[in-house]
Amino acid sequence: MMSARNDASALTPLRLLRLGAVLAVGLFAPLVFPGYQSQATELLLFIVFALAWDLVGGQMGYNSFGNVLFVGLGMYASAIAQVGLFYDVGLYNEAKGGGTQFVFSASQFLSGLGLGLVAAALGAGLVARLLGPLVLGMRGHYFAICTLGLGIAAGQLAAGIPWIGAGSGMLTPNPPSSLGDVGLLIYYLALLLALACVASFAWLLSTRFGLVLNAIRDDEDKAEAMGLPTSRAKVTAWVVAAVFLGAAGAIYGNHVRFIDPTETAFAGATIGVWMILMALLGGKGTLLGPIVGAIVFQLTKELFWTYLLGWQRVALGVLIVVVAVFFPEGIVGYARRRRQGVEEGSS
Amino acid sequence: MIGNLLILYQAPALGLQLAIDGILIGAVFALAAYGMALVWGVTNIINVSQGEFVMLGGFVTVLCVEQGLPPLLAVPIAAAVLYALGWGLFQLVIVHLVGRDMFSSVLATFGIAIVLQQLMARLFGAGDRIVASGLESWFFFDHLVGIAQVKVLVFVCCIALGLSLTLFLGRSRRGQAIRAVAQDARAASVLGIETKKVYRLTYALNAAICGAAGALAAMAYTIHPYGGLSYTIRSFMIVVVAGLGNVAGVVWAALGLGVAESFAGFILGTQYQIAFVFGLLVVVLVLRNWMLKRHRRYLQ
Repeated sequence: MMSARNDASALTPLRLLRLGAVLAVGLFAPLVFPGYQSQATELLLFIVFALAWDLVGGQMGYNSFGNVLFVGLGMYASAIAQVGLFYDVGLYNEAKGGGTQFVFSASQFLSGLGLGLVAAALGAGLVARLLGPLVLGMRGHYFAICTLGLGIAAGQLAAGIPWIGAGSGMLTPNPPSSLGDVGLLIYYLALLLALACVASFAWLLSTRFGLVLNAIRDDEDKAEAMGLPTSRAKVTAWVVAAVFLGAAGAIYGNHVRFIDPTETAFAGATIGVWMILMALLGGKGTLLGPIVGAIVFQLTKELFWTYLLGWQRVALGVLIVVVAVFFPEGIVGYARRRRQGVEEGSS
Repeated sequence: MIGNLLILYQAPALGLQLAIDGILIGAVFALAAYGMALVWGVTNIINVSQGEFVMLGGFVTVLCVEQGLPPLLAVPIAAAVLYALGWGLFQLVIVHLVGRDMFSSVLATFGIAIVLQQLMARLFGAGDRIVASGLESWFFFDHLVGIAQVKVLVFVCCIALGLSLTLFLGRSRRGQAIRAVAQDARAASVLGIETKKVYRLTYALNAAICGAAGALAAMAYTIHPYGGLSYTIRSFMIVVVAGLGNVAGVVWAALGLGVAESFAGFILGTQYQIAFVFGLLVVVLVLRNWMLKRHRRYLQ
């Protein structure tokens, strides 16, 4: 097991080549296929969602159903920072972000976006740090349902606060026309975040910390009895996941430009469960799995939206049930088992 | 919020009104929670689609009343429809989940919940629905306290259903088989009980109970395609507070939750009522876990 880990982090020429290819695709895809830029941005953010869910759910075995909490917090924190730096947030939301008085210049928009990202990551991380010790003591069903409740409670609360637009939601700042296509900027931000997420998770999981997380998943009581700092590790992993989820939420908010408290920000029945589905579909507890899962899921989702219009949500629900019941090992898990089977068969 | 508290202080009759309303709706919560506890105890599955069953029962009533049937007659119809649905869902999905890890069962039943709510929204529209019962209200204390007769009817029917379920579990052979499997599935199967059939019966029975509860609820309270999850969360919370296998506790916790929600809805404003339910769930779980932690145990 240890040697496999070392192998995974070593940079062989082949791996460098693959890395270069992925980078090139990521960098030039929106220039070559501008029609799919929006879907590609979403895909990159979905990869971050799935990876962040998997760090706690797959690697540590704490299956959270309320990670939308951090996504939504990030969205709102960023939007509030972006607006609040220059205007009164309450008035802005009262005017639904419209009118002539809420205009953002290029420098205002960019600095707001940068600061919003930082605020989103820090805000989500802070909330995770505070909630972690309370929530991560529960296991199994209780943790799952408790986090589900957290995500929905946050959405219902946000829908009742007029300062952030209450139930009618909040618009992110309108980018000035002098900036040109902001969608491209959002895409590269998402790409940067996804790369940072993959790289930092690959590093984290190759360290002793990654082993502690796996030990907690396999048998938490034994891990604790061995003297591993389980409580601290659990909270740390949750905070790391929350930071990435918050930042991804901030970018997602600016991507869709409109934050509905229960439909986009704290959307437990869509993004919240999709990220679980992506991680599971690709393969829980692997680094590659959530990435593969996000790609397959995004393709499936777009196909459903195109060919099953009106019934796409029903179809996605069916997909969740089917994957959860009949395909829990995921694509990567299945491929690994097949390959192992072949190797054992030949030797 | 402070203003509402003051109103409550100045008009104690209003407090009485809120308490009565809370107790009356609490019976619906109790019935749904009873069903959840049954499935949880027997199959070790948390049925996240519980609330959707309740809502679906309500929509069956809406359909029946649109066809000209009296609302009360719709209750057994809803129960029968949901029994069939529960049976079918068990054969298709749940049978593969018995004995599996909890994550699969929570995710799969959550998936069922999403499918059901989306189907309901497609078929019945995403608006609030209620069935007109045509019943009046009783008034007390100079019209300060009003009790809708239909809510009392719903309360009585829910209690009657709960009692008959308890009798069924306690007295009938099938009920005894269900309890035997809940206690020890292996021993029960050694003694010749077909556990798979018992699981199926339990799941279908739970769906029927939820359907009846929803059919009753639709007469006095609004139903909504997306309103199911809050019923699921309420049921879960009630079972956690009462403890698994404690029927009297379920009733008390459900009535208590009804009253708490009724007051919270008034004091905080109805827009925060759902937030209150979900927030309370988190508080209940955290408190319970904290209490266990002192004995170096935890919720699992």
